Amino acid sequence: MRELFMQGCYLAASVLFILGLRGLTKPAEARRGMQMAAVGMLLAVVGTLWHQDILSYQWIIAGLIIGSIIGYPLGKFVPMTAMPQRIAFSHMFGALAATLVGVAEFWHSHHEGIPIGAAKMAALGFEVLFGSLTVTGSFMAFGKLQEFITGRPVTFRGQNFVNLLLFASAIGCFGYLLYDSTNMPVFFTMIGIAFVIGITMVLPIGGADMPVVVSLLNSYAGLAASATGFAIGNNVLIICGALDGASGFILSIIMSKAMNRSFGNVLFGAFGSAGAAVAAKSSAGLTVRSISAEDAAVQLGYASKVIVVPGYGMAVAQSQHAVRELADLIERKGGEVKYAIHPVAGRMPGHMNVLLAEANVPYDRMYDMDEINAEFATADVALVIGANDVVNPAAKTDPSSPIFGMPILNVSDARHIIVLKRGMSTGFAGIENELFYDEKTSMLFGDAKASLTKLVGEVKTLE
Amino acid sequence: MTGNFIISLYVFVLAGFVGYLLITKVPPLLHTPLMSATNAISGISLVGSLVAAGGKFGTVSTILGFIAVICATTNVVGGFIITDRMLGMFKRTEKPADVPGGKPHA
Repeated sequence: MRELFMQGCYLAASVLFILGLRGLTKPAEARRGMQMAAVGMLLAVVGTLWHQDILSYQWIIAGLIIGSIIGYPLGKFVPMTAMPQRIAFSHMFGALAATLVGVAEFWHSHHEGIPIGAAKMAALGFEVLFGSLTVTGSFMAFGKLQEFITGRPVTFRGQNFVNLLLFASAIGCFGYLLYDSTNMPVFFTMIGIAFVIGITMVLPIGGADMPVVVSLLNSYAGLAASATGFAIGNNVLIICGALDGASGFILSIIMSKAMNRSFGNVLFGAFGSAGAAVAAKSSAGLTVRSISAEDAAVQLGYASKVIVVPGYGMAVAQSQHAVRELADLIERKGGEVKYAIHPVAGRMPGHMNVLLAEANVPYDRMYDMDEINAEFATADVALVIGANDVVNPAAKTDPSSPIFGMPILNVSDARHIIVLKRGMSTGFAGIENELFYDEKTSMLFGDAKASLTKLVGEVKTLE
Repeated sequence: MTGNFIISLYVFVLAGFVGYLLITKVPPLLHTPLMSATNAISGISLVGSLVAAGGKFGTVSTILGFIAVICATTNVVGGFIITDRMLGMFKRTEKPADVPGGKPHA
């Protein structure tokens, strides 16, 4: 009877999770969908409390309370600009939970002398492997995004060799455990190596490649949960883990494609470290036109169609609200404002969309690259805010460029281009951007937020 | 054991397939909420943690389970709250009347 109730809860929870994710396919239904998923989670927890092995509740209750106390502020007060590191941080928690459950299971079986079959050992092995490398990997990603670890790729000679060696020894330990599941030192050595792999895996990956890494860690956290399900024979864990695993995997493929790079290149390529030589060659003999806020305001104020291209610079300057204010003014003057969002703009998938939504930009004004690229030709002004590599024409014209082949936003089709930028430094990839030297382009130098505030003031005086 | 394992494998593969079909339909607009949602859902490890923390499997299991419950609960609570907060920000253009002179589009 207990078992039946528990399984009923799990089944209902699984259905609710799937419906919840389906809700995310439509912006209007997403919120309700996620509320259903939250109910599903509640059901799964309530059902589990009926589990026959649970004999005492004091640790459970204490854990639930402490977790809620930590979780509430993490959900309620973390600013939207900090979303990428917030997500990386919580991948760490999720993976840690899965790892600890795996260790507890192994420890308990070991001490009670219960033999662990090969199938169960395989599940436990995957669980702790994925779990522990996700813990340290997510911590590194968190550090890079929070910038207490350098965002530049960290490389040393023989790095890939060292990584390969680590992978091989982890797999060696795993293989040995399948043969002899009673060997505790090997089990913990494997966990230790996986922790190190998590660090060395993320270390050489640069800040701009974080969208791929964060998605991939999402996938690993899911797979760890799924392996937990295999180990303790729990279907709802397997289902949720598989959903998460699929989601993270698909996102990382979408992100890699948007950069025209293979998975392997992102993970082992240490992109952004070899840019200096490339940067030196192209800037000589070219001139940049800088523009005053006053003149830029005239162009924007009398434009009938403006396309805003936000990039990571907008997030850094926290200028999304100023963007919205400027757009309101342009619209009031009869212009049309649209937002063109490159898949890898920012530090995580969909980063720009969330920031703009926070600033009350309606989502039907935000367009994906494929939807809007043809429209640049009819735009009076393309306003590029803190974006660089995603609008670099070299991706189309220069086969020697490291970003050649990456799909970009066709900003140069617009009649005028105004670029808001701090200075003439190169983008993350360290590549000079021809767009800035285009005769249609005017540069408005300065902090994005300060520039936008100035523009808002100037457009107001145009009345 | 083998029978259970095979059934688990069925569940895994089919759920992965459902996941693939659903996730490929999520618009890029909602990719960040998708990540935080799957993150909240991955807090389902809580189910395993609860059993470890509440079962009589010895002190080590209880302590590890207890820490796991804290971690997983943090993810569940924080994850669902932040996803809801984010999704609450996504709004359509309110009314065409709100943009006088503008060109409201469908």
